[in-house]
Amino acid sequence: MALLDLSALNPHLRRVPAWLVYGVLALPAPWLLYLGVTGGLGVEPIKALEHELGIWALWLLIAGLTVTPLRRHAGVNLLKFRRALGLMAFYYVALHLATWLLLDVQILSQIWADIVKRPYITVGMAGFLLMLPLVATSNSRAIRALGPRWRALHRLTYGVALLGALHFVMLRKGLQVEPLLYMCAVAGLLLLRLPGRRRVQRFA
Amino acid sequence: ALGIAGGLAAPARAEELEPNSFEDITNYCNYYEFGTGKDDPAKYADALTTEPWTVQIDGLVEKPGDYALTDLVGQMDLEERIYRFRCVEAWSMVVPWQGFELADLLDMVGVEPEARYVAFETALRPEEMPGVRYPVLEWPYVEGLRLDEARHPLTILATGLYGKPLPNQNGAPIRLVVPWKYGFKSIKSVVRITLTDTQPPTAWNKANPREYGFFSNVNPTVDHPRWSQATERRLGGGLFSRRQDTLMFNGYEEVAALYDGMDLAKDF
Repeated sequence: MALLDLSALNPHLRRVPAWLVYGVLALPAPWLLYLGVTGGLGVEPIKALEHELGIWALWLLIAGLTVTPLRRHAGVNLLKFRRALGLMAFYYVALHLATWLLLDVQILSQIWADIVKRPYITVGMAGFLLMLPLVATSNSRAIRALGPRWRALHRLTYGVALLGALHFVMLRKGLQVEPLLYMCAVAGLLLLRLPGRRRVQRFA
Repeated sequence: ALGIAGGLAAPARAEELEPNSFEDITNYCNYYEFGTGKDDPAKYADALTTEPWTVQIDGLVEKPGDYALTDLVGQMDLEERIYRFRCVEAWSMVVPWQGFELADLLDMVGVEPEARYVAFETALRPEEMPGVRYPVLEWPYVEGLRLDEARHPLTILATGLYGKPLPNQNGAPIRLVVPWKYGFKSIKSVVRITLTDTQPPTAWNKANPREYGFFSNVNPTVDHPRWSQATERRLGGGLFSRRQDTLMFNGYEEVAALYDGMDLAKDF
């Protein structure tokens, strides 16, 4: 049952082509790179670029997790854009990782040491690796070929979002507020999916 | 002695130290009392009232008391020291400080023979410091040095940079600078200095003793549990700047004798 009825938005949303979502979501990356080269990202542009790309990835992962609750509780259908949200989240994760490898650490031996020895990097890398099978099966042919197994496989996004938020919590010095808010958002969106909760609301 | 570049470092090494710009130094700060973002101190620290300013000096001293900063600084020989500044987060800058040797202040107040450590405390002003609403650290921020470290001629209390009064975000009106230790040891906006016979608690060590030791000497061979300390990025090089090797004691090898016989991997 919808908590809030926003289904009136659906006819407008249907008219938005998915390619536009890809296009718009792709733009912040070159813009950030431009800012980094021209001094617009401050004194430490490498860390700033790395952070901004990582935050974009988290935003899009969280946005992807809102699609189902929004449909279930507000009647808004964003299903058509979910693939774009997921793939663009991967786009930002990949750029974030590339920034870390090429601009931040730079040293090959240290990269491997960091992945193995630093838990927050291990967690981040695990999130990246979990995304690979999702990206590989994001096309319509794979959806048809995998059938019900596709849905099961794509529940990995829950793990990816949790690992992404955990990576953010762990990398800060001290327990800071901002990453904890992201963790709460991810946890909240996952709790909304618990079967018990759903049943309660259906009977309400 | 105004204008001694590099403090007591070898002149050859001092010459290669090109200070970061005033903009770099004042816009990329860790001063969590004003927020955990690097630009938060530059945005919010102007709310800090730095005049009048009193430093309480107590504990094992002959002349304890509340010292007005203006009186205190007036009795000291101010000089410029261009020091490398290495943050525990693996970035670094070069900063032209103005200040005086902590040893001179300790001599002025007279240290009792039993004293072995110096404890420092930062101002805690919830009405002026938006960051202290969050328990990121236990407030007030506290730091400490062993007495011989505090007396080392490289250890200064800074009151200015680039010939200007210290900007608030950099720890106005008076801060500690210990160039061979990670930056968080160089406590900002000092309101209290206490001589003690026991090792004082320090803010980051209390928050995470596994990651931050009491000594926290810059040491490329002892990694932070979450990142390597072997290299650092000197800020100001832009998006494509290269990392450089971190030097033992941040290049201030003359302090090595302070730690003779100590296992610096254990006492990190």
